[in-house]
Amino acid sequence: MARKIPKPMVQAETAAYWQAADAGRLLVKRCTACGEFHHYPRDICPHCLSDATEWVDAAGTGTVYACSTMGQGEAAYTLAYVTLDEGPTMLTNLVGGDAARYQIGQKVRVVFTPSEGGPAVPMFTPV
Amino acid sequence: MSLNGKAAIVGAYEHPTRNAENLSVLRLHADVAKGALADAGLTRDDIDGYFCAGDAPGLGSATVAEYLGLKLRHVDSTECGGSAPILHVAHAAAAIAAGRCNVALITLAGRPRAAMAEAQARAAAAGPGKDGKPAKPALALRPPDPDCPELAFELPYGPSTQNLYAMVAQRHMHEFGTTSEQLAWIKVAASHHAQHNPNAMLRKVVTVDDVVNSPMVSDPLHRLDCCVMSDGGGALIVARPEIARQLKRPLVMVRGTGEAPKHGMGGRIDLTWSAAAWSGPRAFEEAGITPAQIQYASLYDSFTITVLMQLEDLGFCKKGEGGRFVMDGGLISGVGRLPFNTDGGGLCNNHPANRGGVTKVIEAVRQLRGEAHPAVQVRDCTWALANGIGGALASRHTAGTLILERV
Repeated sequence: MARKIPKPMVQAETAAYWQAADAGRLLVKRCTACGEFHHYPRDICPHCLSDATEWVDAAGTGTVYACSTMGQGEAAYTLAYVTLDEGPTMLTNLVGGDAARYQIGQKVRVVFTPSEGGPAVPMFTPV
Repeated sequence: MSLNGKAAIVGAYEHPTRNAENLSVLRLHADVAKGALADAGLTRDDIDGYFCAGDAPGLGSATVAEYLGLKLRHVDSTECGGSAPILHVAHAAAAIAAGRCNVALITLAGRPRAAMAEAQARAAAAGPGKDGKPAKPALALRPPDPDCPELAFELPYGPSTQNLYAMVAQRHMHEFGTTSEQLAWIKVAASHHAQHNPNAMLRKVVTVDDVVNSPMVSDPLHRLDCCVMSDGGGALIVARPEIARQLKRPLVMVRGTGEAPKHGMGGRIDLTWSAAAWSGPRAFEEAGITPAQIQYASLYDSFTITVLMQLEDLGFCKKGEGGRFVMDGGLISGVGRLPFNTDGGGLCNNHPANRGGVTKVIEAVRQLRGEAHPAVQVRDCTWALANGIGGALASRHTAGTLILERV
């Protein structure tokens, strides 16, 4: 039995992110004032407090910063931090491929996993 | 304003229970408050300041004040998880220095273990579900807070305390070559101390092999890398120094305090250090001493990796050298270079309310008074440190550091 993915809380500030994820696109927030990317996405840039933030299509590729597999058998899943090529590091899961290959430095690309009654959720799989 | 010398800890009490089957959370808060008052030689009516965090039921300070009949002129419910009581000592010292109160009570208590047993009993009584499998115990957890936008980007991925701390351990191993065997030494040291504590949940002395051969909880953390789950609590009484000197107890003076939160920083995640890297230096500066002068350390031990991070971030060793610091009994009292958690800590003794901050201060007070178990008492203990990490090391947490001197 595959693990059920809880529905993410979709809010006005982040609706675009989840609509895009449900359509198979990973968005990332960039500040046009300081030029920095950030995650989790928000209206106000956490680096300079400007409200001039915009949505940008992410390349969808990144590198595993840390990961840990918990649980046994079919219930096992891997929590991870993945550093996007754009810079920010996001919490996610590693899925697909051989779990024994999940390790720090592993190149990964985004895939989208359905949630229970909500939009698809970005996860990552080994390249 | 420096808080050095502005207040003293005059009362400390740890609830002896580890399983509060028939005790309410409020009763536990009251039990530890009474115990700390008796320890200090003060009465209820001496208290004019009260401090509690999210483990207190209802309206917190108002609910506990009503139950205990407290008449207060200063309250503070700074909430930062397990580190809260350590910050509360600093906040009490600040309130006393500002003339807001004279005698402050701090309590922490909870019954997560009893609540889990009750949920399991309810599930068992409900019988098997439609699929014929036993029903899962349903704990009355708070629903995700819609006003915490970050949770939308975390909860779908199944973060738990265990796998969040496991990622910290994994990254530490990757960057610095730290090993599971080195982490295991932290549990070994805690178990050496816990054997002398009749109240400790785990009193068996364990070996490095026992730890690394225990079941994997979340790679690379094993079951014995994790703290216990217990009920109970503890209380502290902080008083103006003039009042403290009139009491018939050794004087434990607040010398240094520091506090700081660390968070996701907009995605600039760096798991190699904790907020103790900020709170620690501030506390040492205020106390006017260096880590080398600390004779006993209470370190927050939710997991073995938590202890290792604090040793480095508080300056007991350089970043990346924590593994070597703890090896071969480095933390065992009487043997090692820095005796830590001589009551057995969260790893072996207790972790009431899933928050260990108050017990860290209590054992530091015991050490400074010379009241720790003789087998683990540090000789002529003059300087002690207590540090707390509240929240989750891999996401957002608050560190609190307290430096105490026996005067």
